[in-house]
Amino acid sequence: MTIKDPETIHDVEGVPVHNVHRHDVVIIGAGLAGMRAAVEASDEFDVAVISKVFPTRSHSGAAQGGIAASLANEEEDHWEWHMFDTVKGSDYLGDQDVIETLVKEAPVVVREFEHFGAPFSRTSEGRIAQRLFGGHTKDFGRGGPVLRACYGVDRTGHVLLHTLYEVCVRNQVRFYSEFHALSLIIEDGECRGVVAWDIVNGGVHVFHAKTVMFGTGGYGKVFKITSNALANTGDGLGMVLRAGLPLEDMEFVQFHPTGLYLQGILVSEAARGEGGHLINGKGERFMEKYAPDKMELAPRDLVSRSIQTEINEGRGINGEAYVYIDLRHLGKEKIMHQLPQIHELAWKFLHVDCVTDPIPIQPTGHYSMGGIPTDIDGRVLLDGKQIPVKGFYAGGECACVSVHGANRLGTNSLLEASLFGRRCGKSIIRYLRENREFSDLPADAAVEAIKMVKRLLSSDGDEKIGKIREDLQVMMTGKCGIFRNEKQLGDLKKELRKLEERYANVRLDDKSETFNTDLLEALELGNMLEFSELIVEGAYARKESRGAHSRTDFPDRDDGEWLKHTLAWKKDGKISFDYKPVTITRFQPKERKY
Amino acid sequence: MAILKFKINRYNPDDERRGHYEQEYELDVPKGYTVLDCLNDIKWKIDGTLSYRRSCRSGICGSCAMTINGVNNLACETQALSLKSDTVTIEPLRGYPVVKDLVVSLDPIVRGLMAVRPYMINKTPPPTDQERFQSPEERDKLEGLYECILCGSCTSACPSFWADKEYLGPHAFLKAYRFVADSRDEDARAHLEALDDKHGLWRCHTIFNCVEACPKGLNPTKAIAELKKEIVKGKVG
Ligand SMILES: Cc1cc2nc3c(=O)[nH]c(=O)nc-3n(C[C@H](O)[C@H](O)[C@H](O)COP(=O)(O)OP(=O)(O)OC[C@H]3O[C@@H](n4cnc5c(N)ncnc54)[C@H](O)[C@@H]3O)c2cc1C
Ligand code: SF4
Ligand code: FES
Repeated sequence: MTIKDPETIHDVEGVPVHNVHRHDVVIIGAGLAGMRAAVEASDEFDVAVISKVFPTRSHSGAAQGGIAASLANEEEDHWEWHMFDTVKGSDYLGDQDVIETLVKEAPVVVREFEHFGAPFSRTSEGRIAQRLFGGHTKDFGRGGPVLRACYGVDRTGHVLLHTLYEVCVRNQVRFYSEFHALSLIIEDGECRGVVAWDIVNGGVHVFHAKTVMFGTGGYGKVFKITSNALANTGDGLGMVLRAGLPLEDMEFVQFHPTGLYLQGILVSEAARGEGGHLINGKGERFMEKYAPDKMELAPRDLVSRSIQTEINEGRGINGEAYVYIDLRHLGKEKIMHQLPQIHELAWKFLHVDCVTDPIPIQPTGHYSMGGIPTDIDGRVLLDGKQIPVKGFYAGGECACVSVHGANRLGTNSLLEASLFGRRCGKSIIRYLRENREFSDLPADAAVEAIKMVKRLLSSDGDEKIGKIREDLQVMMTGKCGIFRNEKQLGDLKKELRKLEERYANVRLDDKSETFNTDLLEALELGNMLEFSELIVEGAYARKESRGAHSRTDFPDRDDGEWLKHTLAWKKDGKISFDYKPVTITRFQPKERKY
Repeated sequence: MAILKFKINRYNPDDERRGHYEQEYELDVPKGYTVLDCLNDIKWKIDGTLSYRRSCRSGICGSCAMTINGVNNLACETQALSLKSDTVTIEPLRGYPVVKDLVVSLDPIVRGLMAVRPYMINKTPPPTDQERFQSPEERDKLEGLYECILCGSCTSACPSFWADKEYLGPHAFLKAYRFVADSRDEDARAHLEALDDKHGLWRCHTIFNCVEACPKGLNPTKAIAELKKEIVKGKVG
């Protein structure tokens, strides 16, 4: 018998045998969701984590303000209060059974982070310190704001992300760092792995798995002004759509009230939690008009709309498209001790010293409430409702279970990512205990992915990636931003189709295999174009205003018609919809006032 | 607005023949543009082959460290116009193998990090339904340590690393001390073990390059001094 060169041996068409890897669990994404799942599952099984950026560079690390849990370390608090706030914040679109799980398990998840070694800030008794955040209140909204956001200075995401990476290292999780996932391998309703591109060396790899989990994060980069990292392109959503699976509630996109003017970089809500004021061009604390009770600490959708209204009506600073967040009255010591990163960001990016000057801000694209529909155990749903895809899980910002409904409260998403990451890990363990064998890989598992990469690497059209992407971002911000209407959304639908045509005609400058970021950006743009249409179509279809989805032509919430989740598919370029009811347990929908 | 000339060090292993070379680009740079914004403009509008790492664009992910006019810094945090120079020279971080253009291999950074057992080690189980207590004073000891974003600037600037490629590097020492200094960690020895070695602490000649290079204003040299004390204490005690 002759020994064959591994380059020429293929189990999977087109992929050399040494590029085929096998693990019990393959997780795409090394943010809080992915790594929290990895920590859990690696107690018992062989876990690999694939990430297109080095793990600690995942976007979770940019989170500043805090992670919610009713620890009651600083003052009285209860999970029931947290639940009420989350339900109300969601404009009653959140599913109350999963919200109940979220708020009940929150204290456990946060304390576990502490046990793992996370350097939280501390109270004088040595407990985890907590601060105020918008929408979190006492006594079912009847009391004032409550100290619920657990924090590590203003680098909460950083401390949690690094801690999880450290625990993964301890648990010997296998990292495939700088691999870009291309497609899912799904056969007979069962997920059997993923195909990925090795960024550093080039080449297509196949990851054969018994279970796959997505923690691929958000997609802020479809907007021009955004707080999100350049890597936040929603790749997971593109892959899921291409695999013929639905996405849920994509029309709900959160715009954070306070992004640095023109940059979009976030000024954490902690700035308002610690007492910052919003000021318009006339020097007024304008939130008085919109939320007389909660003022700056009203939920984000409301504050963003208020700022945008001030700007649209000419009351921005000097009539321009920004207002101020003023921290000066907090004093130097409080700013430097509690908000040092904000001080640093304002200084480095706008040359504003927030001790002596107010910071120019505008609303910024921030968070995707919608995503891959899952059940309470993180199982991805084939029909979006009940039937799980075997062996496929999702958690964190890419998923929609749905705890945030139409609007997420600050600090609830680090919580969601960690908590449902952990739940994914647990349900993966349960699944693997019963499903010990690998199912066969289809021989053509990588064919589509290889075609996709080859097409781009030999592309010879006359469109540039950067230009198409910029057009997409400008259009999405202009016509599918904080305020929406039928006319603009209708135009946008057509324009997006044209962008897809242009995308088919791109040309990459870089045709090499090694660290080809031109290729990566093209792949990312392909994903963004894939799901942007669903955001727009979903927003077009939903003829009401709820949470972050605000239609000027339908300004009211319409529970009779629209108290339901959107499910959307894209097959052969055609979009189809279905809807599912919201789970309501403890709190009946009421008018939402702050 | 000003027109700046960017001289960028380039290398593509898929084109070995060309080797390392310098390429120039001219760019209209508006006020407020960071060096990363400039690189993005070059990449997106002029030359898509230019390669560099970036993600958060807000100085927290650690991807975009590079040498800008001779100084290691984060491109996303460096205002282009405040460099006060018509020409901006950009090179990959020194000392690491170059993968392509401004992208360097992360292997040395990861290797150094792993050597110090970069995770909290406890022998006693945590309390149930409670956090481990830590006073604000104890917590303050972690200030200046836990903020490291693993950008690699410090180790890249270190002559000891240039001379010995197996030297663990200041970033690794800082991480080790982050755990040694943590009142909750119960096995300082485990973090220190790898440091008491010829590729470890004793190779540090307190040149302070790392302190200067750190874009986050951290002080690895101080951590090294503290660690040396800990090791000596361990040997005596
Ligand atoms: C600036 C900012 C501040 C925030 N502050 C807070 C806060 O204070 N509190 C709060 O609760 N929430 C906050 N949020 C929201 C919160 O940070 C995110 O929702 C959360 O961190 C998402 O975690 P994740 O694990 O789902 O995704 P991420 O942390 O975004 O991780 C995604 C992972 O997927 C990987 N990935 C993606 N695509 C691919 C691919 N194709 N191939 C391979 N890997 C891939 C990435 O490499 C990355 O590792 C903030 C968000 C922003 C933008
Ligand atoms: S110590 Fe500073 S320079 Fe070194 S890796 Fe950490 S952040 Fe970067
Ligand atoms: S891009 Fe994240 S540190 Fe510069």
